Amino acid sequence: MEPNPRMKWLPWVSTPVVLVLVLVVWQLAVSVFGVSEFTLPTPAQVAGALGGLLTDATTWGHIAITLAEVAVGFVVALATGVVVGVVLGRAEWLERALRPVLVAVQVVPKVAFIPLFVIWFGFGVTSKIIMAATLAFFPIMLNVMLGVRSVDRGHRDVMLGLGAKRWPTFRDLELPSTLPYVFAGMEVAVVFAVIGAIVGEYLGGSEGLGYLVVVSLNALDAPQLFAVIFLLAVLGCLLYLVVNGAKRFVIPWHESVLGADTP
Amino acid sequence: MTRGSHAEAVDDVGTDGAAEEVAENAELELRGVDKIYRARSGATTQALQDISLSVRAGEFISLVGRSGCGKTTLLRILAGLVSPSSGQVLTGGRDLWQGGRRDLAASARFGLVFQDANLFPWFSVEDNIALPLKLRGVDKRTRRARAAELCDLVGLSGFEKSLPRELSGGMRQRAAIARALSYDPSILLMDEPFGALDALTRDRMNLELQKISVVTGATVVFVTHSITEAVFLADRVVLLSPRPGRIRSVTGVEFPRPRSLDVESEPAFQDVVRRLRHELDEEGG
Ligand SMILES: Nc1ncnc2c1ncn2[C@@H]1O[C@H](COP(=O)(O)OP(=O)(O)OP(=O)(O)O)[C@@H](O)[C@H]1O
Ligand SMILES: [Mg+2]
Repeated sequence: MEPNPRMKWLPWVSTPVVLVLVLVVWQLAVSVFGVSEFTLPTPAQVAGALGGLLTDATTWGHIAITLAEVAVGFVVALATGVVVGVVLGRAEWLERALRPVLVAVQVVPKVAFIPLFVIWFGFGVTSKIIMAATLAFFPIMLNVMLGVRSVDRGHRDVMLGLGAKRWPTFRDLELPSTLPYVFAGMEVAVVFAVIGAIVGEYLGGSEGLGYLVVVSLNALDAPQLFAVIFLLAVLGCLLYLVVNGAKRFVIPWHESVLGADTP
Repeated sequence: MTRGSHAEAVDDVGTDGAAEEVAENAELELRGVDKIYRARSGATTQALQDISLSVRAGEFISLVGRSGCGKTTLLRILAGLVSPSSGQVLTGGRDLWQGGRRDLAASARFGLVFQDANLFPWFSVEDNIALPLKLRGVDKRTRRARAAELCDLVGLSGFEKSLPRELSGGMRQRAAIARALSYDPSILLMDEPFGALDALTRDRMNLELQKISVVTGATVVFVTHSITEAVFLADRVVLLSPRPGRIRSVTGVEFPRPRSLDVESEPAFQDVVRRLRHELDEEGG
C-alpha cells in the first residue's frame, strides 16, 4: 500500500536523464563516428523537420485523421469486445464450441488481412478503422471473458446469502470485479488500435500519419521520417495515458492503481 | 432418513427431554442431512453424514470440531448456499429448498459471517457494511447513519471511508460482522468470526455478540475453534467428529445468559470445557 517515498520522484529525474543521454549518443554517432546523415539525421535536423511539420496545417489534418481512425476503431472494439467477452464468459459451452475458431483467428497475423479490407472497403478511412478495431478487439474480448469468470467465489456467496437479485448482483459485484480486466484489455487494445490504423495507412490511402511516413520514405527525407515517427510515438503515449487516466478515475480502489503510484 | 439415529450421542449429555419440545417450534432444523462433495476428478468426499439438529428461536449454538470436519459445510447448508445431498433443511418450519430452488424469502432473515471477511474491495468500509441495506432499497442517508453506528459497535470508528485493503485482517473480519448485523437478521450464522482477533478484542466481541443475541433475540449458530469461547457463548455446544462429519455430542451449558466473563473461572464452567476438550482429544487420529 504505502509507496516508498524515495522512489516516487525517481522516474521524474531518470526519464530526462535517459532522454538527454540518448540525444547525446545520437549526436555523437553522427558527428564523431560519421554515420551518414541520410540514414541518421542529427537531432537538430529532426527538430527542424518536426517544427516544419507542426506549422503545416496539412500535418494536423493527417493527425486528426489517424486519431479519428484509432478512436473509432477502439470504441468499436470496446463495444463488441465487451459484449462478446461477456457472452462467451457466461456461456461456457459456447466458448468451448468456438474455441478452435477463436484460437485460429487469434494466431493468424491480422495485418495480413489489410489488403482484403482495402478490396472490400476501399482506400478510405473505413478499412483503417476496421483494421484498428480488429486488432483491438481480441485483447478486450479475452480479458472481459476472463474477468466475467473471475468473480470471487466468496464475494458471490455474500450476494447469494443476501438474496440479491440479478441486477444488484451485476451492479455491485460483477461489474466492479470485471472492470479491472476491461481496463487491462483496453491498455493493450489502444496500442494495438494505433498499430492497426498506421499499418492500414502504410498499405493504401492518401491521408493519415502512416501515409505521411510513406511519403517521407519515398522522398528519402530521413529527418521528416524521424519527425513523423516521433509524432506517432507521442500519439500512442497520449492515447495510453487517456486510458490509464480513465482507469485511475473509474477503479481507484484497484491494486494496479493504488500500487502504481510510481509510474 | 429420519431423526433419532443420534439418540445415543444426544443422551449422554444434558439435553434431557428438551429435544422433543424443541422440534415443535424449531427456527432451524436439519433432518438426516448428508453432504457428499464430488470433485472434478470424480473422487467424492463425504463431508457430512446423517446430521439431525434443531435450533430453537433465540438459541445460541456453538459448533466445534477439528479442522476439516465439516463445520463450514454445515453452516453453508443451513444458509442455503449449498444444497444437501440428502435430507431436509427447514427454516421456521418451511423447507428451505422449494422444488430444488432456494427459498429467497427465508434467506432474507439470515445474517452470514464467512470464514474469510469477503469484503468488496471497491467499496469503502462504510459501503461494505451498508451493502445489505442498499440491496433492500434503504436510502443513502440512513445507510450512512447505520454504518457509523455499527462501526462504533465493532470498534472501527474513523475507518468508515477506508478501503478494505487498508485494514488489518481482524479489522476486516469486524467489518464483515458489522455487515451481517446491519439489517438486524433474526438468524446469525457465523464461521469463526473472531479467529483473527487478539484475546482482548475477542473477549470484547464475545460480550458484544452475546448482548446482541440477547437483546435482539436472534438465533445464532457460531463456529469456533476455541472451546472456551464456544462454552461461554452457547446454550448448547455441538461437537462434530470428522470424516465423515457427524454430530458426536451436544452439550448443554446451564449458566443463564447473558453471562459475564467471570463465569469462565467457575469450576462448573471449567468442567464443561474440560469434558469437551477431552472429547475432542479422543477423536485424535
Ligand atoms: N467445495 C468443496 N468441494 C469439495 N470438497 C469440499 C468442498 N468444501 C469442503 N470440502 C471438503 O469437505 C470437508 C469439510 O470441509 P469444511 O470446510 O466444512 O471443514 P471445516 O470444519 O469448516 O474446516 P475448518 O475448521 O478448517 O474451516 C473437507 O474434507 C473438505 O475437503
Ligand atoms: Mg471452516
